[in-house]
Amino acid sequence: MKIHLERGEPSGWWILLVSVAAILAAFVVAGGVFWVYGLNPIHAYVVVAHDAFSTPGALPEIFRPTIPLLLVGVGLVLAFRAQFYNIGAEGQLLAGAVAATWIALFTPIRGTWAIPAMFIAGFAAGALWGLVPSLLKLRLNVNEVISTLMMNYIALYGVSWLVTGPWKGPSVRGFAYTDLFPDPAWLPLIPGTRVHWPTLVLGIAFAAGCAFLLSRSRLGFEIRVQGENPDAARYAGISSLKTTILVMVLSGGAAALAGVGEVAGVQHKLLDPSQVSLGYGYTGIIVAWLARGKPLATLLTAGLFGLIYSAGSAMQVSLQMPFRVTYVFDGLILFFLIGSERLMSYRIRLKPTSAVEKADPASFSGGL
Amino acid sequence: MDFSTWMLGALIRGTAFGTPLLWGALGEIYAERAGVVNLGVEGMMILGALGAFATAQVTGSPVLGLVVAGGIGGAAALLHAIVSIGLRANQYVSGLALTMFGLGLAGVLGRGWEGVPLERSLSEFALAPVGVALAVALWAVLYHTRWGIILRTAGESPAAADAMGVNVIVVRYLAVIFGGILAGVAGGFLSVAYRPSWTEGMTGGVGWIVIALAIFASWDPLRAVVAALLFGTLFHLSFLLQRWIPPEPLQMLPFVFTILVLAVTARRGTRAGQAPEALGLPYVRGGG
Amino acid sequence: MCAAPSPLLALREITKTFPGVVANDRVTFDVRPGEIHALLGENGAGKTTLMNIIYGILQPDAGEIIVRGQMTRVRSPADAIAAGIGMVPQHFLLVRRHTVAENIALALPTLPFLFPGRRAEDRIREVGTHYGLAVDPRAAVWQLSVSEQQRVEILKALLRGAQILILDEPTSVLTPQEVIFLSNVLRQMKADGHAVIFITHKLDEVFAVADRVSVLRKGRIIGTVDIASADKRTLARMMVGRDIEFGDLARPPASGSDSLEVTDLWVPGDRGTAAVRGVSLTVQAGEIFGIAGVAGNGQRELIEAVTGLRKPHRGRVAVLGKDITGKTPQAIYAAGVAHVPEERIRMGIVGTMTVAENLILRRYRYPPFARGPLLDSHATLQFARRLILEYSIATPSPTTLAKSLSGGNIQRLILARELSAQPTVIVAAHPTSGLDVSATDQIHRLLLQRRDAGTGVLLVSEDLEEVMRLSDRVAVMFGGQLVGIVPTGTDRETIGLMMAGQTG
Repeated sequence: MKIHLERGEPSGWWILLVSVAAILAAFVVAGGVFWVYGLNPIHAYVVVAHDAFSTPGALPEIFRPTIPLLLVGVGLVLAFRAQFYNIGAEGQLLAGAVAATWIALFTPIRGTWAIPAMFIAGFAAGALWGLVPSLLKLRLNVNEVISTLMMNYIALYGVSWLVTGPWKGPSVRGFAYTDLFPDPAWLPLIPGTRVHWPTLVLGIAFAAGCAFLLSRSRLGFEIRVQGENPDAARYAGISSLKTTILVMVLSGGAAALAGVGEVAGVQHKLLDPSQVSLGYGYTGIIVAWLARGKPLATLLTAGLFGLIYSAGSAMQVSLQMPFRVTYVFDGLILFFLIGSERLMSYRIRLKPTSAVEKADPASFSGGL
Repeated sequence: MDFSTWMLGALIRGTAFGTPLLWGALGEIYAERAGVVNLGVEGMMILGALGAFATAQVTGSPVLGLVVAGGIGGAAALLHAIVSIGLRANQYVSGLALTMFGLGLAGVLGRGWEGVPLERSLSEFALAPVGVALAVALWAVLYHTRWGIILRTAGESPAAADAMGVNVIVVRYLAVIFGGILAGVAGGFLSVAYRPSWTEGMTGGVGWIVIALAIFASWDPLRAVVAALLFGTLFHLSFLLQRWIPPEPLQMLPFVFTILVLAVTARRGTRAGQAPEALGLPYVRGGG
Repeated sequence: MCAAPSPLLALREITKTFPGVVANDRVTFDVRPGEIHALLGENGAGKTTLMNIIYGILQPDAGEIIVRGQMTRVRSPADAIAAGIGMVPQHFLLVRRHTVAENIALALPTLPFLFPGRRAEDRIREVGTHYGLAVDPRAAVWQLSVSEQQRVEILKALLRGAQILILDEPTSVLTPQEVIFLSNVLRQMKADGHAVIFITHKLDEVFAVADRVSVLRKGRIIGTVDIASADKRTLARMMVGRDIEFGDLARPPASGSDSLEVTDLWVPGDRGTAAVRGVSLTVQAGEIFGIAGVAGNGQRELIEAVTGLRKPHRGRVAVLGKDITGKTPQAIYAAGVAHVPEERIRMGIVGTMTVAENLILRRYRYPPFARGPLLDSHATLQFARRLILEYSIATPSPTTLAKSLSGGNIQRLILARELSAQPTVIVAAHPTSGLDVSATDQIHRLLLQRRDAGTGVLLVSEDLEEVMRLSDRVAVMFGGQLVGIVPTGTDRETIGLMMAGQTG
C-alpha cells in the first residue's frame, strides 16, 4: 500500500486540510518575523492567545472585526465569482461611512428612521463607488485591479479632507474628527459587549442571501456562467453589463454597510480613515479567497480573521507591535493559500504498489 | 518669474518624483514583457525603502543602502516568482499578498527607525540620469538583441519560445527578479534621497502608480521615461497648488490621474500598444 | 529496390498512457534519410501524442527514441532540436506581432547578440530560395497568409538544422494548389537527405507524397507499407477497422420552405474590414447545405452573424420568413436556430458547472426550468436525465462537472442541448473536429436523421470529405464570398479550384 497523489476532483476534507496547513505555515513564518523583531515567537503567541481569548470580555471583542469582515467578505465572494477582482472594498467601506455620517450629522433625519436611513444611504454610496470601476472596465476595458485600488486612495484622502476640513466637529478642538453622532444614530449593542448587532444580522442575512442567489436563482446562474466562462455567457445571451453591474453594486454596497457599522456602531463619529477601517477592505480579500466561492463559508473565514485581528490588537498592547502586524499575517496566509492551491487539485488515494505504477511518471508518489 | 522658467523649474522638480516611478516602471515593464504581472511592487518598494534607510544609517553610505534595497526587492520578487511561476498560482493575487506582507513587515521591522534623521543622504536628482540611461539601455536590449527577442517571445507566446528550446520558466524568473531589484532601488531612493527619513507607509501608493505607468507607456522603456516625467511634473504642480487648496484633495490627484491615464490608454487599442499576449497566464508545456 | 539506408529516427515500443486511455501503445516505426514517411490515422488515433513525444513536449512511459542509431533521451524541445529534430505544428507557434525574422531569429544560434534581426534576413532569403519557401523576412506575421505562415514554421525548423522533420497535418489549412506547392518543398527536402514524417488523416495526400505509410489506430501501429504496394481500400480499412463506403450519403434536395434564408449579408471582421461580403444562400427544409473552404475566409463571421454573436453591417437573415437579423443569441435560438459551435470547450460549455446546468444553458430563462426569478432544480435534473439517455452522453451523473467529460461526450452534450428544442435550422461549425471515429459517426448520423425529419442544416467544415459526404449542396467560401454553389457529386478538383479563388 502506498499513498498516491493523483489529479481529480478533491474532497472537501482535503481542501480543508490543505487550507489549515497553509494557515499554520503562515503562523510559523510569522513567528520567524517575531524572532527577527526580537521576540521569542512561542512566548509571543502564548501571551497573545491569553490576552485575546482568555481575559474576560475578550470573546465578544472578536465580533468587532468579524462583522465588517463578514460583510466585505461576502461581497467579495460574489465579485470573485463573477471574475471581477474588486480590490476596492476599502474605499467602498469608507464611502458607506461617509454616507452614514452625512445622514447622522447633516440631515434632519432622526428617531427610528435614523438607523435604516444610514444603512440605505451607505449601501447606495458603496454601490456607486463600486459602479465607477465596473463601468470603466465594461466600457473602456480598464483593468479593475488598479482602478479599484485607485478609488481606495481617493476615498482615503477624501475622508481625511472631510474630517480635517468641512466636517471637522466645531465642538472638538484640535482633533480630526466630526462631532459625535446624535443618539438615534448610535447602533444598539448587545448588552454587556461592544457588538453592534444590527450590522451583524445584516451580515449573516447577506451571506445567506448571496448563497441562495448563487445556487437557486436565475441571476445567480447568470453570474456563475459569466464568471466561469464569459464566452459561453455571451453565447447564452447573458449580458455581461447586467451581471457585472449587479455584482459590483452588491459588493460595493456590502462593504459600505460595514463602513456604516464602523462609524455608527463602533466609533460614533467619522474620523481618520485608518481608524475607521483597520484594513478590513484588504483583509476581506483573503476572507473571500479562503471561502472558495461559497458565501456561507465566509461566516467561518471572517471569524478566523476576526480572531487574527483580536490577536493583532493584543499584540499591539502586550507586545508593543505596530498594528500593521496583521498585514503580515494577512499576506502570509494568502501567500501560502495560493501557493498550495495546486496541491488542492490533487487527492490522496491508497493504492497497492504494482509494476504499472513504476512506469508512470505522470503521478507523484509518496512525498512531494 | 516668467512662465517658461517656472515651467522648467516644475519639470526639474518633476524629475525628482518621477525617478522612483521610472525605475519601478522599467522593472515592471520587463517582468510584464516576459508575461508575468507583478502587483507586489508597492511591497517591494517599501521593503526597499526600509532596507536602504537602515543600511544607510548603520553604515553611513546611502549608496550601499540602495544596493541593499535592490537586493531586498529582488528577494521579494523571487518569492513572487516561485509562487506564480513555479507553483503556477494566480499572479495577481500573489503580488497582492506580497504587497500586504511587505507593508506589514516594513511596519513591524521599521519601528524604531521612525523620526530618526539621516545624516548622509543623496541628492534628489542622483538617480535620474542613471535612470534615463538605464531606460535607453533596456530599450536597446528589448528590441535589438537576442535576449530581447527571447524575453518578448516568452511573454507573447511561451509555447513558441519553448518549442524553440528557450527555457521560458528561467526567462520569467529572471525578468521578475530584475523587476524586483529595480522596484527595491526605487523604494530606496524614496528613503535615502527624496525624503531622507523613514515613516511607516511612506510609499503611499506609489507602487500602484508604477504599475499603471507601465501600461500607459505601452510596455516601452523609452515611453516610460516620458510618462514618468509627465507624472512627476503633474504631481509637483499639484503640490504647488497647496497654497490655495487644502492638501488632501491634492493628494488624491495622482490617483485620479492614474485612472484617467488608464482610460485613455484603453481607448488607444492600436496593435503596437497592446499587452503581451500571454501576460498573466502561467505557462505549462503541453498546454496543462 | 536498392538496400534501404539505416534510419535517421526510429521509435521502439513507445507507450504513453493518460488516465483512462492508452494514447500510444508500443509504437514502433522508423524513418530513413531521403524518405517521406506518412503517419496515417483518424482524429484521436494518437498521432499528436506521438509527435509531442518525439519533440520532447511529453515523456513516454516506456520505449526508446533512437536517433542515428544512438538511443536518445528527448526531455524537452531543446533536446529534440539538439538531436536534429524539427517540428512544424498544426497550430502555428508564431508570435503574430513580431516580424518573420524575429520569429526565426531564435532558431539561429550563431546570430550575433546585437541586431540579430538583420543577419537573419539574409539566411532566411537564402534558405527560402533553395527550398522554394519565399517569404519576406521583414513582414509582420499577422499580415501573412496562412500558407506563408506555414513557410515560416518550416524555415524555422530547417534553419535550426533539423534533419528529421515532423509535419503535423500540414495541409489542413491549405488549398489544393497550395498543397501541390508544399509537396514540391517536400521533394526538395527529400533530395537533400532529410527524413520527413508527414502526419495526416487524408488518404489522397498519402498517395501523393509519401514513400511509406504507417497506419495508427487507437494508439497502435497497425502496419507499415510501401506506397507502391498499397491501395486505398486496404489503408482505409486499417485506419478505421472496417470498410467504409466512399459513396455519398446525400440524396436530391427536398423542395420545401426555406428554413434559413441569408440575403446579401455583409459582416465586419475583428479588424473592421468586411469579413463576409454580400453572401446570399438558402437552406431548405430537409437539406444539408455544406460550406467548404479553408478557415479564415469568413466562415466564422458568417456563422456568428447567423447565430447572433456578431452584428452584420448589411443584409438580412430570416428563419421561416421571420427576420432575425442582428438579434441576440437568445432571440435567435427562440426563433429555432440551433448552434453547434466551433470551439466546443471554450464557447459551448461552462466546464466548472454541472452537466445538467449546461444542458439548460440556453433555456434556463423559461419554464419549467425557471419559476419566476428562481431555478427549478428538480425539473432541471429530470430534463438532464432524459437527454443523457437519449443522446448517450457518458457521464456518471447529471451533477458531474462538464469539464470531466471526454471531447465526444461534450459534443453530445452540446447537441443534446441544441437539438432538444426541435430547431428549424441547425448551424454546425466543424462539428467533428478532434473527435474519434465512433463519435464522428454518431454525430453524422444525428445530423442526417434531423435532415430526414425536415430540419435544415448549415454545415461548415474544413474537412472537405465530411462536407462532401453529408451535404446535398456544397458552396465554397473564399475571401468572404460564396464563389459557387454546386450539387454534390462535383469533382474535388473543381471545388479545390474554387477554394483557391478560381471560379468557373
